[in-house]
Amino acid sequence: MVTSDIYKNEYDVIIVGGGATGAGTARDCALRGLKTLLVERNDYSTGATGRNHGLMHSGARYAVTDSESASECISENMTLRRIARHCVEETDGLFITLPEDDLDYQKTFVEACQRAGIRADIIDPAEARSIEPSVNPDLIGAVRIPDAAIDPFRLTVANLLDARLHGADTLNYHEVEGLVMNQNRVEGVKLFNKLSGEHIEVRGRVVVNAAGIWGQRIAQMAGANISMFPARGALLIFGHRVNKMVINRCRKPANADILVPDDTVCVIGTTSDRIPIETVDDMRVTREEVDVLLNEGIKLAPSLATTRVIRAYAGVRPLVASDDDPSGRSISRGIVCLDHAKRDGVEGFITITGGKMMTYRLMAEIATNAVCAKLGNTAPCVTANQPLPGSEEGAPNQSDMTKRYSFGERAAIGRHGSLAARIEKDNDIDNALVCECEGVTVGEIKYAVHQLHVHNLVNLRRRTRVGMGTCQGKLCSCRAASLLGELHHDVRRAQKDLADFLDERWKGMRPVAWGDTLREAQLTAAIYEGLCGLDMAVSNQGKEDKQ
Amino acid sequence: MADQMQLCNISESNFEQCTKCSICTTVCPVAAVTTDYPGPKQAGPDGERYRLKDPAYYDKALKLCLNCKRCEVACPSGVHIADIIQKARMRSSEGHRASLRDTMLANTDLLGTVANLVAPVANATLGLAPTKLVMDSVMAIDKHRTFPAYSRQKFTTWFKRHAAKQQDDFGQHVSYFHGCYVNYNFPKLGQDLVKLLNAVGYGVHLLDKEQCCGVALIANGLYKQAKRQARVNADSIRKSVNTDHRTVLTTSSSCTFNLRDEYPAVLDVDTSDVRDSIMLATRFIYNLVDEEKIKLIFKQDYKRRMAYHTACHMQRMGWQLYSIELLRMIPGLDLVVLEQDCCGISGTYGFKKENYERSQEIGSVLFKHIADAQVQAVTTDCETCKWQIEMSTGLPVENPISVLADALDVEATRQANNIN
Repeated sequence: MVTSDIYKNEYDVIIVGGGATGAGTARDCALRGLKTLLVERNDYSTGATGRNHGLMHSGARYAVTDSESASECISENMTLRRIARHCVEETDGLFITLPEDDLDYQKTFVEACQRAGIRADIIDPAEARSIEPSVNPDLIGAVRIPDAAIDPFRLTVANLLDARLHGADTLNYHEVEGLVMNQNRVEGVKLFNKLSGEHIEVRGRVVVNAAGIWGQRIAQMAGANISMFPARGALLIFGHRVNKMVINRCRKPANADILVPDDTVCVIGTTSDRIPIETVDDMRVTREEVDVLLNEGIKLAPSLATTRVIRAYAGVRPLVASDDDPSGRSISRGIVCLDHAKRDGVEGFITITGGKMMTYRLMAEIATNAVCAKLGNTAPCVTANQPLPGSEEGAPNQSDMTKRYSFGERAAIGRHGSLAARIEKDNDIDNALVCECEGVTVGEIKYAVHQLHVHNLVNLRRRTRVGMGTCQGKLCSCRAASLLGELHHDVRRAQKDLADFLDERWKGMRPVAWGDTLREAQLTAAIYEGLCGLDMAVSNQGKEDKQ
Repeated sequence: MADQMQLCNISESNFEQCTKCSICTTVCPVAAVTTDYPGPKQAGPDGERYRLKDPAYYDKALKLCLNCKRCEVACPSGVHIADIIQKARMRSSEGHRASLRDTMLANTDLLGTVANLVAPVANATLGLAPTKLVMDSVMAIDKHRTFPAYSRQKFTTWFKRHAAKQQDDFGQHVSYFHGCYVNYNFPKLGQDLVKLLNAVGYGVHLLDKEQCCGVALIANGLYKQAKRQARVNADSIRKSVNTDHRTVLTTSSSCTFNLRDEYPAVLDVDTSDVRDSIMLATRFIYNLVDEEKIKLIFKQDYKRRMAYHTACHMQRMGWQLYSIELLRMIPGLDLVVLEQDCCGISGTYGFKKENYERSQEIGSVLFKHIADAQVQAVTTDCETCKWQIEMSTGLPVENPISVLADALDVEATRQANNIN
């Protein structure tokens, strides 16, 4: 549907926030027959959804301290293995005890896992070394648990695709500037289209605030007060996988004690620091954070000490003070669903927050239940049983694909599951690799642009992994920009987009810019600035625009 | 602390040092002629990240790699690109049997032993059109190829009968790793080396045990056998170097490269302790001349115009200068040094039907340069380059050692070096 038609519609429900929770809620609402609109101020999955480990928790991490979260995790973990196969890699995980850790904790841990229904097998350190050769060989204990890796970008997109298949509309780059209020009732959202500069109002009977840490601001627009406690976490991406399984420390959760194999890379994290709400948009990673992550990370897998770090990033967990303790001392990691009619006397407004990317589906179910209760809809939730697009029964996946597929096709199947069948591959051009590090073909880029709401290179990266490999966009970004320029019929825009994309890539490289990553960055700068004069071309664009 | 421990990245074959500059792909002879091969960068360090994720991402296009190592020569970051590709091929072949064709092509010594016994028959038969057609259709060995002729007498047999006894009389000694080609096909090259070294006062000895270096075994996926043979050779070389204090000389660039570098890098057979004592005879002789330890006197009436072709593995070792400079010492030799282009055969690669056309296309640039050079013959340190160039240009190809031996005034040289 064209954007101008969306603006004229009236919706049953408008969801604010294009992270996993918002996308999941849009899907659930659409599946239950509600006329649904999702709005996102940036790209989908730019907030906490896209800024975490990519870990599909078994729940073991929370078993000792928060058994409710642990039970939710293991239940959702098993569900996602069924419904989101193409986003999940079933790696399993280890909780290792090092000589400086208390081995008694292992017993407490295993018992807590069992209480929460999480399979937790104590294995011999020698066996741990054999099944996960990268693990710190000094370990004195190991427990195997059903952790896995999950790609939050794919997960979010799959939810959005399914929502749209069931009639939902979705808009990215639409920022909520205010709520349409009628006395004490929320009746829609005031939007600013960041791409066109338009200001619009769209009507909806219920508005769901799924804006994560930014939800505090949305709630304020309705006169409701939520006390968010942003907890910032920084992570490092290594150039390739050193581990096959998730590796955790078997002790009370602390800094940098989880190493996750994500797609072609591995990620160590996180730090955890309480930050003021005003600073949640500052995602720069500090030198101190990098030091902590490396120094702690090598205790899990010593080879990280000499493995190239390609990028650093940070995210903010949307932790919420529980309502019975407004002081903020008791902070829940659990799911918080607030019906503001009961709580604040504001009708037609629901906030879903807290929780984890891991439990997005359950959060969506809870929020949708609340929406349906308001609208008198009695359709049951089916999201736990119905596979997401790409993960249907019989779809090829990474582990069972055969060698008849070309490298690019296999990489695409790994990313899009059965939807990879929609990628054109009948000629040399469509099969040509745009991103060599991550195996992204011209056909895959066309598919992403046509089907997955791609406005710019950053969007394209989240949909396909273009520019996420070792070279961080050096070779692929100009090729991809040229394709976008062709597909959007706008070369100037593509040129500016290319410069922005390379800047965005550099931001993540800067905190870890030493050794080979620095060489990589310097070569990139030499090519784009020194050789091609991209910075001048873009600044000339600016001058022309002024004239 | 953190950046200190991160000072250098340690990864297998330096694959993390790759900055994706793609220079390797620009020099790859295969990528230059076909889009079926993604080029060394993609096949090597890029693909490796996916293979680390899941071995199922192995791309069968890696079979198209010649293992010419030109990518490694070009890499400004010291990434062992071709090693990464070889090792990926090796891992993917685990549990698979090599085909009869590949086993036959790879076992150069086994084939040689049999063929020597029936050399006239074998040579005649292998050259016959019906035989070639059968090999082409049944075994997928391309019909355009001619197998190198087999010698009636092995080099080692000749050596034991005619040369071994005299060798102890010399004041200095070296060992000779002759390789399969000299032993089964072309003993004259070995005889030329003995002639040359004897003339300057060096006795030549065989190793205790020599087996095929295994370069063809590696290329055809027979890794276990290659490893076994590598261990035997490593032991013999060690004895020669450490016990007998004899440098091990070779006359084939690919054998040399294999013994020195592929053993540790691909087969995990460590030869680093003796690596510096394994070298091509031209390098050894050049150094002796350069240090004024020996003198070479050449025939006054020698007159020839030849082109020197740098074999890929020669380029990888960076040793072509030794052969070239040594050849330039021959006053009557008008030497044209060709651009460094791959001839396309890459050992057994070009013998395979599926590779024949690609092989010739790769070599076409070189063949043109040779034609333009207007020479009587070509000289190169690699025997498979020799077969390819002979077949494709019609010109005779000789090893630099044979050229030197041919041009050498043996008597004058002996006198100059005070050999009785």
